[in-house]
Amino acid sequence: MLRFSLFRTIELGVKSLLLHKMRSLLTMLGIIFGVCSVIAMLAIGEGASYEAQESIKKLGSNNILIRSVKPPEDNKANNSSGRSSAVEYGITYEDADRILATIPGVKRLVPMRIIRDNVRFNQSNLPSQIIGTYPIYADIGGLDLVRGRFLSMNDETHMENICVLTLSLAENLFPYQDPLTTQVRIGADYYRVVGIVREKSTAKSRAQPGGGNEGQPLDFNVYIPLSTARSRFGETLFKRSAGSFEAERVQLHQLTVECQNESLVEKAVPQIKQILLRFHKKKDYEFIVPLQLLRQAEQTKRIFNIVLGSIAAISLVVGGIGIMNIMLATVTERTREIGIRRALGARKNDIIVQFLIETVVLSVSGGLIGVLLGVVTPIMVSHFTDMKTVITFWSLIIAFGISAAIGVLFGIYPASRAANLHPIEALRNE
Amino acid sequence: MSQTIIEIQNLEKVYATGEEVKVRALKGVSLKIEQGTYVAIMGSSGSGKSTMLNLLGCLDRPSSGSYFLGGEDVATMNDDQLSIVRGKKIGFVFQSYNLIHQLTVIENIHVPLFYQGIDLNDCRKKCEDLAKLVGLGERMDHRPKQLSGGQQQRVAIARSLVNDPILLLADEPTGNLDSKTGTEILNLLDELNANGKTIVLVTHDDEVAERAHRVIVMKDGLIDKDTTRKPSSFLTGQPGQKLPLHA
Repeated sequence: MLRFSLFRTIELGVKSLLLHKMRSLLTMLGIIFGVCSVIAMLAIGEGASYEAQESIKKLGSNNILIRSVKPPEDNKANNSSGRSSAVEYGITYEDADRILATIPGVKRLVPMRIIRDNVRFNQSNLPSQIIGTYPIYADIGGLDLVRGRFLSMNDETHMENICVLTLSLAENLFPYQDPLTTQVRIGADYYRVVGIVREKSTAKSRAQPGGGNEGQPLDFNVYIPLSTARSRFGETLFKRSAGSFEAERVQLHQLTVECQNESLVEKAVPQIKQILLRFHKKKDYEFIVPLQLLRQAEQTKRIFNIVLGSIAAISLVVGGIGIMNIMLATVTERTREIGIRRALGARKNDIIVQFLIETVVLSVSGGLIGVLLGVVTPIMVSHFTDMKTVITFWSLIIAFGISAAIGVLFGIYPASRAANLHPIEALRNE
Repeated sequence: MSQTIIEIQNLEKVYATGEEVKVRALKGVSLKIEQGTYVAIMGSSGSGKSTMLNLLGCLDRPSSGSYFLGGEDVATMNDDQLSIVRGKKIGFVFQSYNLIHQLTVIENIHVPLFYQGIDLNDCRKKCEDLAKLVGLGERMDHRPKQLSGGQQQRVAIARSLVNDPILLLADEPTGNLDSKTGTEILNLLDELNANGKTIVLVTHDDEVAERAHRVIVMKDGLIDKDTTRKPSSFLTGQPGQKLPLHA
């Protein structure tokens, strides 16, 4: 025979709590905010790291990116000596050959020259990035062909004046015409458009690691054969800024080294560094290793989760203490009731169950409201701030589970205090 | 023929109020109460009558001596067993009614059965009958605060009967009531007794004690006087008004 009906006890608990609505609500607030903040913070954190990881993954985890960087000390020297001389820095074609020849596990290299110039067609004149590269860039750089074709080896060997545009550039440049087979002007030369490509996962690629060229909006890109870029633009590039020329000589702006697999990436990085160290007087290059960035991002995420977890734990414990405090007050206030119930046949366990259930009802309903708010908050954040949030299912489970557990944990003491009151003393209480 | 409901032998209760100080509230009391009797326990404060009531009501355990309630030795029982005995064999009526204020009349009446695992829906009829019996058939969904003192005490009496106790313990049931409502409550108790309920009533009011068949006066933890004034009408086979108690 069931000695007490659980349902009735829960009903009784709810009834007792509803007797003091304001007090119950205030007591629940601690848990509500605790649970809500856990879920919301985890969702925002998860969203941020998801975005970072996505953009890192886009760079390719098998890849090593080496970029030419203007050495800062060189900048100063140039300013003092005069403006006309061209600054020479960066990765060279020889570097690329050496890396391909000596580093084991390197599958292929994609050299890139990046020139900023305007692309013209009729009246349209759009500032873009002119990227001179090899045909395999399409694989490594993560491009989807929309129409036509990408660069071919034939274009490379014949130094063809052809180009491939990104979709957004094509749409802006040719609002009415079919871009294929038309010609655009870059600098003094005309290039035939042979294809249109789209960046993979272009949806949100604003936050790119490493800054530099990748930090720019990637949308307005023109891809031309590397050999064409070399011959049409030369090695010396001019930057016009505030009425003065600045010339720099850069052979390659970026070199993407693709390794055969991820495990070879970490071995290859120090070896490449050693080679570059030998042939470069200054450090005019930088490394971007997506795999390492990914690891760092994961590490950061782990630390972030630990910090969030502790904050959450603290806020939930505080909420639990709030509940315990109120329940202790309730026990004192209802000493008489406890005495009556004991006189009418309630055992200690019945009293414990009664008060424990009240505490659990408080914390669980607080938890439920908290989960609800915790789901709504990230959605609102995403809606109003354009920040990506990912609500993970396990965070709901954990937050709710902990709040229920806290109800039990912090309910035990007040409940056992209630149960251990002597019936006579309790009855005598006014 | 009549059954012995209460049989206590050399019952002692010692309270340890301090390290060395011990108070002997009961100094070896022996008593026998037959079924159907109406007993009033009187005495000045400090005479041990409250202690006596607590022990009779199984709210406390004696320091020594034996106590048989309905043939069951309750002096040696543990806390849980005593709870069960209270729930099944004893009905309590208190001076200050002691209703649970968040519950309705019908729910208050049901409480003792709740702790025996009987759901209200399974015994609603019985609870309603008892509410009608004490004259509160129209107010079953009221809360105690909406009732007068006399009405609250009626609810308490209905509650004390719901578990068909073999013993009804009343602690100054009229102490908080005016004389008119007090009389009504006492009449109700008379009726219950006339139908066979064994009642032990603690009071210091001679008029109240007047109604009992047997008056026990306590003094300094011992029984001072024990007088049987008149035989119980139940025992003499002259039942009073018919009450639909066990319909």
